[in-house]
Amino acid sequence: MKRVMLLVSLMLLISLLLGACSTGAGKNEIPVGVIAEITGDIPAVGASCKNAAELAVKEINDAGGLDVGGTKYQIKLYIEDNAGKADQSASAAQKLATQQNVVAIIGPNASRYAIPASEIAESSEVVLISPWSTNPKTTLDAKTDEPKQYVFRAAFIDPFQGRVVAKFALDNLETTKAAVLYDVASDYNKGIAEFFKQTYEENGGTVVAFETYTTGDKDFSAQLTKIKDAGPEVIFLPNYYSEVPLQIQQAHRLGIDVPFLGSDSWGSAELIKLCGADCEGYYFSTHYAPDVATPVATKFIESYEATYGVVPDDVAALTYDSFGLLWQALQSAGKVDRQAVRDALASIPKYEGVTGNMQFVEGSGDPIKSAVILQVQGDKFVWFANANP
Amino acid sequence: MTYFLQQVLNAAQLGSIYALIALGYTMVYGILTMINFAHGDLFMVGAFFCFLAATFLKLPFVPTLLVSMVGVALLGVLIERVAYKPLRTAPRVSAIITALGVGLFLENFTLVFSPYPQSVPTLIKNVTWTFGGLSISSLQIIIIVISILMMIMLDFIVQRTKVGMAMRAISWDKASVPLMGVPVNLIISATFALGTGLGASAGVMYALAFPVIDPYMGILIGWKAFIAAVVGGIGNIRGAMIGAFILAILEIMVAAYISSTYRDFIAFALLLLLLIFRPYGILGKPRAQKV
Repeated sequence: MKRVMLLVSLMLLISLLLGACSTGAGKNEIPVGVIAEITGDIPAVGASCKNAAELAVKEINDAGGLDVGGTKYQIKLYIEDNAGKADQSASAAQKLATQQNVVAIIGPNASRYAIPASEIAESSEVVLISPWSTNPKTTLDAKTDEPKQYVFRAAFIDPFQGRVVAKFALDNLETTKAAVLYDVASDYNKGIAEFFKQTYEENGGTVVAFETYTTGDKDFSAQLTKIKDAGPEVIFLPNYYSEVPLQIQQAHRLGIDVPFLGSDSWGSAELIKLCGADCEGYYFSTHYAPDVATPVATKFIESYEATYGVVPDDVAALTYDSFGLLWQALQSAGKVDRQAVRDALASIPKYEGVTGNMQFVEGSGDPIKSAVILQVQGDKFVWFANANP
Repeated sequence: MTYFLQQVLNAAQLGSIYALIALGYTMVYGILTMINFAHGDLFMVGAFFCFLAATFLKLPFVPTLLVSMVGVALLGVLIERVAYKPLRTAPRVSAIITALGVGLFLENFTLVFSPYPQSVPTLIKNVTWTFGGLSISSLQIIIIVISILMMIMLDFIVQRTKVGMAMRAISWDKASVPLMGVPVNLIISATFALGTGLGASAGVMYALAFPVIDPYMGILIGWKAFIAAVVGGIGNIRGAMIGAFILAILEIMVAAYISSTYRDFIAFALLLLLLIFRPYGILGKPRAQKV
């Protein structure tokens, strides 16, 4: 008994000592936090985010630091893994805001993780920029539906994206009957499915089947059989890259041969790796097309490819843009202060980023920007069309 | 009519996979009165062994299945020796917590190996036949047939061999079996090997049907198979199979005819009702405490 007590108190002491060693930023350093989905169900998204973050910070630090109000600061990056869990996203935001005292948080990416983290950021009065979240709830207060003060994003929002895909299905693919299979437990999937349905039906189409599943489900045979029975001309799958290959493969096994449409959650290179030939020729909407790049984008793509060996996906490009927005806000604020950075960020009228021109409206953290439609061709995504707001 | 038949096929495939996992739970409970909560994660390890064998050793289907089953069986025996044997006389709660701990360990170990969802290469070329509106895929048929073969093999081992007789004896009266000269530890290891081997075969079937695997895939399926085993009567092998097919049919038919959003809700509500009226499950019998 005595030995057990000694062991337990020793363990407690060690863990307390380790916890007390907090890494604070040095004198001429700006602490910036990143929350990414490094492990969990969508690790490719977290990896892209982490890579782009490290690239953005390295660029600034190698050039001598960021010039804020006359002094040059090095950027200290703190990367937290939310392990694909909503509660861990919130606790990571808490840790970054209170322990590491960051001036801003970049991330999380998936809307279902960005929304809880944004609540913490808003109440801790820390700027949070989500690179990839497109669900409108991330920047809106849950109770009042008013825009949040401290939460911004680098991507367009789903009311726009849902409209883009619906219009594409109606006009380009010339369909009148569509079906949707989406994750009812995830904010992003559910939101964009509903926006798609709304626009599709407002413009003369009929959604013949609107089926759901829960996050983690792998067997979609019942829902797909029901969809097949309803006879759609196109099927919309606004789901993440690790789920879509299974859905399409099972659909093909059931003899479904109509085209599939996707949204920006398809954009990872992992989709092609997991899907193979089953995804050939399908379209999806996303934030940028690496093969039709502006000079700003080309510079980033070359730098990213030189460092990591792969073409950056939309998450990487948006993360890089989020950091760009942050650098601009810090410089125009003139000091490393959370409130000043927030005010500077809110008054950026226009920003030319890797993912296109972003226009910010007073009082809203959501940029107005264009989308692109890509097509899966072989082992690449190829630009197909632009979609302007 | 074809719609109904199509859904029946879907239910048969799902039920077969649930049954193979539920059998593992029920066998361990029958012998040791302990729920091996790590079983769902052993199913996941089986799927990962299949992935490794198919991708790196480039083995065809049957050797992959054997490698996976044998590998997980050995792992199951190891877990039993290291984690469960010392707790055979401990309170049931300690054993259950240990099982949960082993499960978490397996999940995180696989996570360290690779957090990315992996794609299992196609081991069996799929051919889809269409009769009228009904689409039958060869993969579905193979999964159902192999699962039924596994269940028949298990039934044979348990009912017709000496080892099976010893397993049944231990579940009937654990205290007096060693007095009959039966090597209890060996039989318990054999039970674990058999149960986890079946779970691994379920993992391989699952990897064939749903080729994207990740370290957390065993959690939800493990719980569903456990519930299926309880509904059928935990400790009863035939009960586990019945419970698994009932759960699969409920899930698929609710999604097919009522609503896919309320599928889990309605399916489990019905199972709850069933347990209220038959608390020991369909084929279960109340266990009398021998004083």
